Amino acid sequence: MKKRKTMVNLNINDQFVSVPAGTTVLAAAQKLKINIPTLCNHPDLCVAGTCRVCVVEQRGARTLIASCATPVSEGMDIHTNTLKVRNARKHIVELLLTEHRSDCTKCYKNQKCELQALANEFAFGDTIFLDLVEDHSYSIDRSSPSFIKDDSKCIHCQRCVRTCAELQYISAIAVANKGAHQKISSFHDRPMSHVVCTNCGQCVNRCPTGALVEKTYIDQVWDAIYDPDKHVVVQTAPAVRVALGEDLGYDPGERVTGKMITALKQVGFDSVLDTDFSADLTIMEEGTELLTRLKKVLVEGDKKTRIPMFTSCSPGWIKFIEHKYPEYLPNLSTCKSPQQMFGALAKTYFAAKRKLDPSKIVSVSVMPCTAKKFEADRPEMRASGYKDIDFVLTTRELAVMIKQAGIDFRILKPSNYDSIMGDSTGAGVIFGATGGVMEAALRTAYEIVTGREVPFSNLNITPVRGMDGVKEASIKIEGCTEDWKFLEGVELKVAITHGLANANKMMRLVKQGKAPYHFVEVMACPGGCIGGGGQPIPTSMEIRENRMKAIYSEDEHMVLRKSHENPDVMTIYKEFLEKPNSHKSHELLHTHYIERDSY
Amino acid sequence: MKNKGLNKVDLIFEKVDLKQVLTKAFKMSNDEIIQQVLESGLKGRGGAGFPTGLKWKYTAAEKEPEKYIVCNADEGEPGTFKDREILDRVSYKVYGGMAIASKAIGAKHGIVYLRGEYRFLLPQLMKELESFHKTIDEIGYNFRIRYCLGSGAYICGEESALFESIQGDRGEPRNKPPYPTTSGVFYKPTSINNVETLVTVMMIIKHGAEAYNQLGTKDSRGSKVFSVSGDTPTPGIFELELGMSVLQFVNEFGDGDTKAVQVGGASGFCVPRKKFTDTIIGFEGVPTGGSMKLFNSSRSMYNVLHNYLDFFAEESCGQCTPCRVGCQQLLKGVEKVKKGEAKSTYLNELVKLADTMKIASKCGLGQSVGNAFRTIVENFREEIIY
Repeated sequence: MKKRKTMVNLNINDQFVSVPAGTTVLAAAQKLKINIPTLCNHPDLCVAGTCRVCVVEQRGARTLIASCATPVSEGMDIHTNTLKVRNARKHIVELLLTEHRSDCTKCYKNQKCELQALANEFAFGDTIFLDLVEDHSYSIDRSSPSFIKDDSKCIHCQRCVRTCAELQYISAIAVANKGAHQKISSFHDRPMSHVVCTNCGQCVNRCPTGALVEKTYIDQVWDAIYDPDKHVVVQTAPAVRVALGEDLGYDPGERVTGKMITALKQVGFDSVLDTDFSADLTIMEEGTELLTRLKKVLVEGDKKTRIPMFTSCSPGWIKFIEHKYPEYLPNLSTCKSPQQMFGALAKTYFAAKRKLDPSKIVSVSVMPCTAKKFEADRPEMRASGYKDIDFVLTTRELAVMIKQAGIDFRILKPSNYDSIMGDSTGAGVIFGATGGVMEAALRTAYEIVTGREVPFSNLNITPVRGMDGVKEASIKIEGCTEDWKFLEGVELKVAITHGLANANKMMRLVKQGKAPYHFVEVMACPGGCIGGGGQPIPTSMEIRENRMKAIYSEDEHMVLRKSHENPDVMTIYKEFLEKPNSHKSHELLHTHYIERDSY
Repeated sequence: MKNKGLNKVDLIFEKVDLKQVLTKAFKMSNDEIIQQVLESGLKGRGGAGFPTGLKWKYTAAEKEPEKYIVCNADEGEPGTFKDREILDRVSYKVYGGMAIASKAIGAKHGIVYLRGEYRFLLPQLMKELESFHKTIDEIGYNFRIRYCLGSGAYICGEESALFESIQGDRGEPRNKPPYPTTSGVFYKPTSINNVETLVTVMMIIKHGAEAYNQLGTKDSRGSKVFSVSGDTPTPGIFELELGMSVLQFVNEFGDGDTKAVQVGGASGFCVPRKKFTDTIIGFEGVPTGGSMKLFNSSRSMYNVLHNYLDFFAEESCGQCTPCRVGCQQLLKGVEKVKKGEAKSTYLNELVKLADTMKIASKCGLGQSVGNAFRTIVENFREEIIY
């Protein structure tokens, strides 16, 4: 098809507008700043046209048209607010409400529910139709440690289904049955804990109602905070600080690191520490692992060692590869994610340094992620002799806690992380964006091997940044130090991918032998952790881009921007771990993976 | 009102020489075939009544080299069974119609989407298909037809849901536009026609558009096969010229006590006795895909309506709100009114809901639920309430 930029002229509410062919009526109306309510529509997903809330009148047409699903055509005469449209819209919202268990005042999504907002606009007052909730045998699936699927609140918009299929290429949930029995279900209606679901939470992030919400551990964390016997440690992931503000009155892309730390202290956490520290530690471990692998493959010709090596920070990605490509588990870095490295050290190294009884430490993490809740529950994650991470909160849950504590976030004065495992570098921060792990790894690995900084202006390795689904880069390694002579002249090839649909494309290339990379970074969520399933709702490309800008700005504002320069990291190797990939490191910071069913 | 009266016709089941008709068709240019079909005034026989010639013209105009002709044999409308009979008796004429269509639109592939419950016909149909393929090979025409079986969902008779089903996906209607003529099965330009439509095309080519034009009325040209059922001494398949009144139909097929005729199945219209005289069966009056169900005074129209609503609540695909929830509301609503648990005035709210479903549903299923609902509630309100 040739690209044509034909313009189409039409009238909406008697206002003239000219838009490129292929534009939807909805988008044309938005251009005129005419608001048309929507529900099943989502900027990240394909058009569904199923909820029918966005119907408008096209003069001369037999029926109303769904504005989200109808492309403009020449001379259209659209009216968005006629009596016919209003009546239909009211009916549709009323109908949705009859199928929806409206326990609004108790619902986790109260005041954040898109159906509630529509009801408030179109369907207040007496109910017209009969309640259908009582006629259906709904189930509430609490089997996943990450989220709850409550069918009684489902309005069948299929955003979750489209998310799982299009963005993540998993289809752990799909539409089953028809008519009155239609529902969003899983393979053979199994519990979500027993299907291919990666717990990424992208569906949770896009669900307009309370049908899909994260499993909250807010009460458990409050209990621990108020328990005088317990020392509650909290760590915050890099991507949280650039998104938390959205739930507390700021625009997307506002950095609220200092305020967040103050808020955590006011909430009552005993030690407020930074996942960035263990992100830097991950770079030391993973970078060393990569160099060791390369040596084995390139110098020793070891057939058992596999490249490309895949990153292992994203628990959604880990579960994906365990389900879908288990034959490639040996390609995964054995490094635990920063969250779990932190957890293992909190109840060993940190406990010893602070002279605390590890059994009295409650380790909490604040993550942009729902899969982290699952990861913390994995049986492998008990290297300290205890559950390494006790509770995982999402960015959204932290915002709830801050509100519950009665804190006025906007007036807080910024403060700094506590010491011991509280230091961070810019390299640790950028873990939150796609390409960040790669950039951090290259900053350190290149310098280890050559003794020089990476040859990019101001350390910004721009080819690995940005929102492209698959990014590639290569660096020629020259002028190696004595120990790394075997890498002299090697063109180090790397790739970065984010969103599991893109990861799946990458895995196909790997399978076909068309992926000549040494190192591949994979993040389960679109945009990396900044677009995580636990981040504030709503999400869109624009919002994710703003968060990404904030992440890189955070990096630029740091004095230290290379993981190996992190003082806390240097100390822990000197005092506790000896050196990267040491015996002790392997015991605490590395893990293994298991094969899972492919359905 | 003057009309054509009830005339029996024998075109659909008339035996023809397949090779002769096809040879005649293939001598015509694509435009000539389309012109003939346009001039015949033939409208789709599945029920929706879109002009067949126009459909072909649009499909022919598409530049895409890969196109399809699909025969919709997913006869699911309650009360119709004419396509089964046509396939059973004259399947070669269906194949012939598809070949003519393929020539007109420029398709090399034909697919018959057969209702799952008609699987028992398949061995015979395949045998006849083989001999059809031989015939067109002899003529030297490059075209192949294959079968695809439905699995029992009513919605898969809706054209775009049918395409999804052929593709192996969940049978759910698509957003339109794009229409099938631009993006049909496998997202290629597709003409999808009913079994009877395709057979009719054979006869138009054989006898010429002008001859066919003599039958029927200005808005409803030709004849049509009717599936007659219900309270009638003579149930079965009848080919009748279009343009008769319901009264004339009832005089022929009724049992003397007919109080209503449901024209067009569950998605069609209920015509009460008082409107028999003034209602023409055809696109100027009540259109039908062939289903004609007669009810005598022993029948409760509440039960009839309940049965239809129960059917729709089950057979809605469930994706769009007005249809999925609306069907359940109409069903539960009439139940409550009947039991006295809702006021009789609640029926007015339900009629308004049915109107919303008509204009706001995604596909023809949801849009037509209101037909039966409105016509039954309006004409037999007391039977619904008491």
